[in-house]
Amino acid sequence: MNTNQNRIVAISGNKSAAMGAALSRPDLIAAYPITPQSSVVESLAQMIAQGDLNSTMIQVESEHSAMSVVQGAAVAGGRTFTATSAQGLALMYEPYFRMSTLRLPMVMAIATREMTSPETVWSGQQDAVSVRDAGWIQVYVENNQEILDMIIQGYKIAEHPDVLLPVNVCYDGFYLSHLTERVEIPHQPAVDDFLGVYHADHVSLDPDTPMAVDPLTSGEILWRYRKGHLDAMQKALQVIEQTDDAFEQVFGRRYGGVIDTYKMDDADFVIVTMGATTGTAREAVDVARSLGMKIGLLKVRFLRPFPDKKIREILSGKQGFVVIDKNVCFGWNTGVLYMEIKAAISELGHPISSMPAIGGLGGADISVDQLVTCIQVLVKQGSQQPGQLDTYWFQ
Amino acid sequence: MTSQPITEQVVYQRPEALSDVNTHYCPGCTHGVAHRLVAEVIDEMNLRDKAIGVAPVGCSVFMYNYMDFDFVVAAHGRAPAMATGIKRCLPDRFVLTYQGDGDLASIGMAEIVHAATRGENISVIFINNSNYGMTGGQMAPTTLPGQKTTSSPLGRDVEQQGFPIRVSEMLAKLDGASYIVRRSLHDPKNIRQAKKAIRTAFETQVRGLGFSMVELLSICPTNWNLTPVDSMTWLEDHMIPYYPVGDYKVHPAVAEMKI
Repeated sequence: MNTNQNRIVAISGNKSAAMGAALSRPDLIAAYPITPQSSVVESLAQMIAQGDLNSTMIQVESEHSAMSVVQGAAVAGGRTFTATSAQGLALMYEPYFRMSTLRLPMVMAIATREMTSPETVWSGQQDAVSVRDAGWIQVYVENNQEILDMIIQGYKIAEHPDVLLPVNVCYDGFYLSHLTERVEIPHQPAVDDFLGVYHADHVSLDPDTPMAVDPLTSGEILWRYRKGHLDAMQKALQVIEQTDDAFEQVFGRRYGGVIDTYKMDDADFVIVTMGATTGTAREAVDVARSLGMKIGLLKVRFLRPFPDKKIREILSGKQGFVVIDKNVCFGWNTGVLYMEIKAAISELGHPISSMPAIGGLGGADISVDQLVTCIQVLVKQGSQQPGQLDTYWFQ
Repeated sequence: MTSQPITEQVVYQRPEALSDVNTHYCPGCTHGVAHRLVAEVIDEMNLRDKAIGVAPVGCSVFMYNYMDFDFVVAAHGRAPAMATGIKRCLPDRFVLTYQGDGDLASIGMAEIVHAATRGENISVIFINNSNYGMTGGQMAPTTLPGQKTTSSPLGRDVEQQGFPIRVSEMLAKLDGASYIVRRSLHDPKNIRQAKKAIRTAFETQVRGLGFSMVELLSICPTNWNLTPVDSMTWLEDHMIPYYPVGDYKVHPAVAEMKI
């Protein structure tokens, strides 16, 4: 048997996240169960119990403690992992913000879920998009292979000396977390070579080099931390591309870096997606093209840092676009991704029609047919007038 | 031939406070027993018109469907805090929380301790089934040493994962708490004693005597991988030795109550 051969398995998104984390060999994992993420932690507990994974696991009493435990481990120089969803993410917000602003690299999986209230446990992206300005890098993935690959890439990006920021790998709760798909499991030595050993040089609790981590900091100095953080986010755009290239060389798969496109070259109109809806949208693009509409797909992979230049390049010369948001942006009558893209095209230099679309809230399905109908509305209305069209609700 | 006259006597019926619907609980689960006991006491004390329940996050999150009085769901573990706000604003209402061990003893440990130490005039029903039922049977703070769960597949290792928390014993140390007892739901005798304790707890609140909590040892056949009958035996053999049934705090004023 050739031990270098990659294994091919059929696993759920949560299992894929657990295997991606295990292949990255975290020193410490701390987590608290929450639907739909719980089986990530169960899988990791099983691997540790079977002796397949040599990590310390702390089963804490809440997500606030989970993020605080991994923060302690990261300050101590460890590579760490956790996973959460929705209300769990909300509860960990205080140490979550500190993790990024302390510039501590790690990877946290988010099986994305609608936020309560009304009481819900089903899918959506409101949880992850609501913390987009807490200083973490956020990637939204399309399938189970991408979950595993981006957890590995996530450590590479997070630990890059120009970045030193934590990374969220966000995947749609239930649609991916509980869906079984074909996943190729990379060979452990290849992952070890790809990631290398993490050395925390910028922060360390070492008696030989005494350091008070996170002392009280006045505004005259604090702004430098924020500017450094913003600079690191911008540098991350480049590091993400480099990491994708390097990953392809070793593992043979690439994702396009910060964005991906489908049938874009001759497209007049564009459908923009983020997360698992992208797979449905690829089908919808094919159907819409068979009906005579020249439509392309833009998959936004990274919400933070936001790939504004790349998106401007893609949308340049197009007639119009629709953004499918599985979340809402309170205060604007749109979703979050729509407003981000609207900001990015403010320097486009030519008029373009755009349509915010909201659906998939609380686990509601968005079908191929619904997307095709939405595209038809965009093409019809967008051909008549530039500017922002009425928000389209999937009902 | 003449038929015998038939006389009918109702000896058992659904409490008014218990809605006439099917529950989502697994077969054999003792949440149904606990719900019925709460509803019976609510009826007996005529509390239904002024009762407000605070549901937890966990298996009993849907309790609002099963009780025929006002209910609100709190953030995970925060039922005692929410109940505090409700009771302070509406002091003439009867306010209870119903919480599992994931909700009360884990994520919500701070809220239950501080509600008890403030002596909040609320009543708490605490279901201890030694695991996180709703999310799939992971290790809870109440999981026994050596007990296998989905997140402790080799059994709880106290060296790594610590010891189970005896919540009643811990809260009984607080001066603010008035009535803290543990009962079990594994057989009829214990169920009757559990009902008496729930009555005492509710009377404690109605008479303005402060914080009351009844811990109920419960079974979780699905996640324990046991039949309901074997689960009852397991509870008696394993849980009661670690979590003895008994009265842990009875304020003299509560002890003097005539019910």
